[in-house]
Amino acid sequence: MLLIRCPYCETERPEVEFVYAGEAHVARPVDPAALTDDEWKNFLFIRSNARGTHFERWRHMHGCGRFFNAVRDTVSDQFAMTYKAGMPRPTENEIKEARS
Amino acid sequence: MSTYRVSGKGRVDHNRPVRFTFNGENFEGRQGDTLASALLANGVHLIGRSFKYHRPRGFLSAGSEEPNALVGVNRGVGRAEPNTRATVLEIFDGLNTVSQNHWPSLKRDVGAINDPLYMLFSAGFYYKTFMWPKSFWNKVYEPIIRGAAGLGKSPAVPDPDTYASRYAHCDVLVVGSGPAGLVAALEAGKSGAKVILVDESPEFGGSLLGEPDAEINHLSAWDWLLETNAALAAMKNVTLLNRTTAIGYYHQNFVGLCQRLTDHLSELPDGAPRERLWKVRAKQVVLAQGSIEKPLVFDGNDRPGVMLAGSARVYLNRYGVKVGNLPVVVTSHDSAWLAAFDMAQAGAKVAAIVDIRARVPNYFVKRARALGIETLCGWTISGTKGRHRVTSVRVNPVSAGGHVGPARTIACDALLMSGGWTPSVHLFSHTKGKLDWNDERQMFLPGARTEDSRCAGAGNGKFGLEESLMEGASAGAAAAIDAGFSASAGSYSVEGEVLCIGASNRELPSDGSASWAKAFVDFQNDVTAKDIRLAVREGFKSIEHIKRYTTTGMATDQGKTSNMNGLSIASDAVKRPSPSVGLTTFRPPYTPTTFGAFAGYNRGDLFEVTRKTAIDSWAEEKGAVYEPVSLWRRAWYFSKQGEDMHQAVARECRATRQSLGMFDASTLGKIEIVGPDAAEFMNRMYTNAWTKLAPGRLRYGLLLGEDGFIRDDGVIGRLSTDRFHVTTTTGGAARVLAMMEDYLQTEWPDLKVWLTSTTEQWAVIALNGPNARKLIEPLVEGIDLANEAFPHMSVAEGRICGVPTRLFRVSFTGELGFEVNVPARYGRAVWEALYDAGRKYGITPYGTETMHVLRAEKGYIIVGQDTDGTVTPEDASLAWAIGKTKPDFVGKRSLTRPDMLMADRKQLVGLLTSDPKTVLEEGAQIVLDPNQKVPMKMVGHVTSSYWSETLGRSIALAIVEGGRAKEGQTVHVPMPDKTHSAEIVGMVFVDPENKRLNV
Ligand SMILES: [Zn+2]
Repeated sequence: MLLIRCPYCETERPEVEFVYAGEAHVARPVDPAALTDDEWKNFLFIRSNARGTHFERWRHMHGCGRFFNAVRDTVSDQFAMTYKAGMPRPTENEIKEARS
Repeated sequence: MSTYRVSGKGRVDHNRPVRFTFNGENFEGRQGDTLASALLANGVHLIGRSFKYHRPRGFLSAGSEEPNALVGVNRGVGRAEPNTRATVLEIFDGLNTVSQNHWPSLKRDVGAINDPLYMLFSAGFYYKTFMWPKSFWNKVYEPIIRGAAGLGKSPAVPDPDTYASRYAHCDVLVVGSGPAGLVAALEAGKSGAKVILVDESPEFGGSLLGEPDAEINHLSAWDWLLETNAALAAMKNVTLLNRTTAIGYYHQNFVGLCQRLTDHLSELPDGAPRERLWKVRAKQVVLAQGSIEKPLVFDGNDRPGVMLAGSARVYLNRYGVKVGNLPVVVTSHDSAWLAAFDMAQAGAKVAAIVDIRARVPNYFVKRARALGIETLCGWTISGTKGRHRVTSVRVNPVSAGGHVGPARTIACDALLMSGGWTPSVHLFSHTKGKLDWNDERQMFLPGARTEDSRCAGAGNGKFGLEESLMEGASAGAAAAIDAGFSASAGSYSVEGEVLCIGASNRELPSDGSASWAKAFVDFQNDVTAKDIRLAVREGFKSIEHIKRYTTTGMATDQGKTSNMNGLSIASDAVKRPSPSVGLTTFRPPYTPTTFGAFAGYNRGDLFEVTRKTAIDSWAEEKGAVYEPVSLWRRAWYFSKQGEDMHQAVARECRATRQSLGMFDASTLGKIEIVGPDAAEFMNRMYTNAWTKLAPGRLRYGLLLGEDGFIRDDGVIGRLSTDRFHVTTTTGGAARVLAMMEDYLQTEWPDLKVWLTSTTEQWAVIALNGPNARKLIEPLVEGIDLANEAFPHMSVAEGRICGVPTRLFRVSFTGELGFEVNVPARYGRAVWEALYDAGRKYGITPYGTETMHVLRAEKGYIIVGQDTDGTVTPEDASLAWAIGKTKPDFVGKRSLTRPDMLMADRKQLVGLLTSDPKTVLEEGAQIVLDPNQKVPMKMVGHVTSSYWSETLGRSIALAIVEGGRAKEGQTVHVPMPDKTHSAEIVGMVFVDPENKRLNV
């Protein structure tokens, strides 16, 4: 069972307190009506399916209830870092730093 | 007693006899024996039949790696356990055991016919043999194979035992209590770190328990053990868990331990759990799992009496049992010579030591000669004889050029073999730790780690006692330091240690035909060397494929004794070095673990919570029949005077349509949506328009996913400009709230809205029927109930029966209806007050089945029953619920994707069967042409189907391709007994003008 750090509670808690919520940084278009069918399809269905570093959303369901973002390696399952929703995607350097 | 028990030797209590039975026969062992050691002391080697060929089998090992000696243990009703390894099963007075895989008896087994049919059952026989004719598969092959295969018999009644579980946190977890693990725990313990030491055995000591002659720090091994164990026991910061197996090593130093608490006891203490699953989070882990001896691969290496040399030594030194009086030793590793010496010193006549190696260190040869043991170095073994126990071995000299010379037969009553030792890297491998191939030593050793762990001792390739102690000590100290303590490893010395080395082998050279040799690699799954070579000839090159094709390493022992032999034979056959052929993956659990341990407390009533409404107890008193709906239990129907379900539901339906019915709707999901932006939030979430909904009014709300498909629905009330009372489906409550939170927190964090689940705060009593208003009028204060003042789809706050209420005028039946929301704590009191007041109208409580029938008569859908996640509002004839002028809402953009606009989409329609008495089966498939060839083209399925008491006939809802355009057409529902026909009609069967609603 993984330990996950909630960036709002600022504490590491067991995985059972959390639920996974899909890929991160997939923002809902501001004006969906302006999108072509193809663009909407890409927003709706197409995900990075990364092998390795993956940006994803989790929710501290049985804690503070907040959604937040995480960087996890899909091969090793290890979390590099978690950060609050709305913050920009961390750079490669920031991830490297967090891993070390 | 027997000539095999060596009195005074071993760690068993020779003064405490223990009586037990095996296959109905009485035996006597000693306190401290395993079933294996006790049977061996009685001269019993035949313990079971093998899985595929039903060959007689004996004990291969003395530990948890045992592939052969699986027995059934019976401890009374529900306490029958199959596949217990006799080598770790502690005996107690009254233990009752049976052997497995034979009929009619262990000694005369009909299934052994498979053995001569050897060629038929070779690699891949599952895939090849039973393919033809196809019709034979279900009727002949499968039942026979199922009957003959499998290990042991599953218990048939529920397990009466309880199982505990707990979490634990520690600084250093040490797995294995052999020399390395013991000193690791000791050194870490001395630092003050919180330490847990686990070992699967009842006693700590590991390999030392079988090596009393070693000398550590000038103490005999067992004296040193006594002292060390006492020191550990005296440390308050050290938890000692014996009879505890570390079954799995998971992320971030999370280790599962299974502790066996009562299996070894003669009397089961009342209420004591049988096992306890520990979930340990350790800052640091030290793995000292030791090593497992490899068998040699030669024809007849599976005969009872053939066993691992190191295990024979354990039986002798730990349990005081000679496994034979006339043993032969065959080996390619020095350590087996020590077994021969110990046997000779205990009074056995060692007939010969056969070493595959031409050159063996002089020390061993000299000592053998001094003990009068014949040594045959540079010899091989080419066969064994003996029906239920080995009686002789066939050995041959091998020339330097590899020529196998003429055979010689040596009589014996046991054959002790050793192909060297394999470090146990199982737990390390669970963490995806890298395994490095050491070509010189022909073994995998732990490499780069992924967790905060260290490997020490034989499990890390340190087979010498002194190096193992030194490594354990430094691992323990280093782990303590990494956990934040200060420590320095003590020093350990071993007197006069002889380091053992050996050579690795594949199948041993033989003068016999390789194609007929039964040289076993995997004893439990009956896989021979020939099978592995055959798999490679047939094109399998990767060890993972060879494993699955031959099933080697796939039995309950996970190939603990067979993986390395299998790999070296496979790598020879594919002509590639071992590491490139690959090692199969080790997976938890390390040894077979009971389902009880995993389930722990989560069984029976505690398996899942049962949610009950405030009115549930009333329904129970009235004899309601319940059905589960998500986690709730709901009254399904109320049976009166022996009515069956059909009669009860018909009565409840009649009463509601004719006068008055009452229904507990408390399970409806409820969400309070509050804030200055509440209406805007509702506009974005739901398809409907909310801005103009006046306070005091209700609206049916439809919720889509972003993909445009219906996710949920419910009636929503606006209480004030900034407050909505949202209801959801019973099963959708949590999901809808989570979806709303997601949008609110991550897409529209600027909206000032707060969401609160109020599902359990409100009890909801639905009153339906022409007399509904008459019932509540005298009981309600502060709300004008007249149709004009409080029309259909209204909400108001007031009081009912003296308590506060949010009164909804709404109907899920098509009758005049009210939903009385009261704070949950008043739920039952208000229900009873309404029930009493309603007697003059013949008020009739009804359950979920009647609710389903009444709503289907009106064509009201149930999300999740009439929709399946691929249904759009248009498909469900709910397009009217879409706010046409809204620029956006969740799912809106998807509604105009090309696939969503196709004319032949499946649409929800009504069905009337040609025979009005036929109630179609929900889920039944619909076809247009009943005479077409099978498989028919299916165009939809029945989603809801009931007997309508109101109409005196059956009704159904269905989704059908292009269904609405097919209104008036006949479709067909083929069922096993006959094909039904039905007409496609509209979805509303009763009162399409809603006259009964607006009164
Ligand atoms: Zn939190």
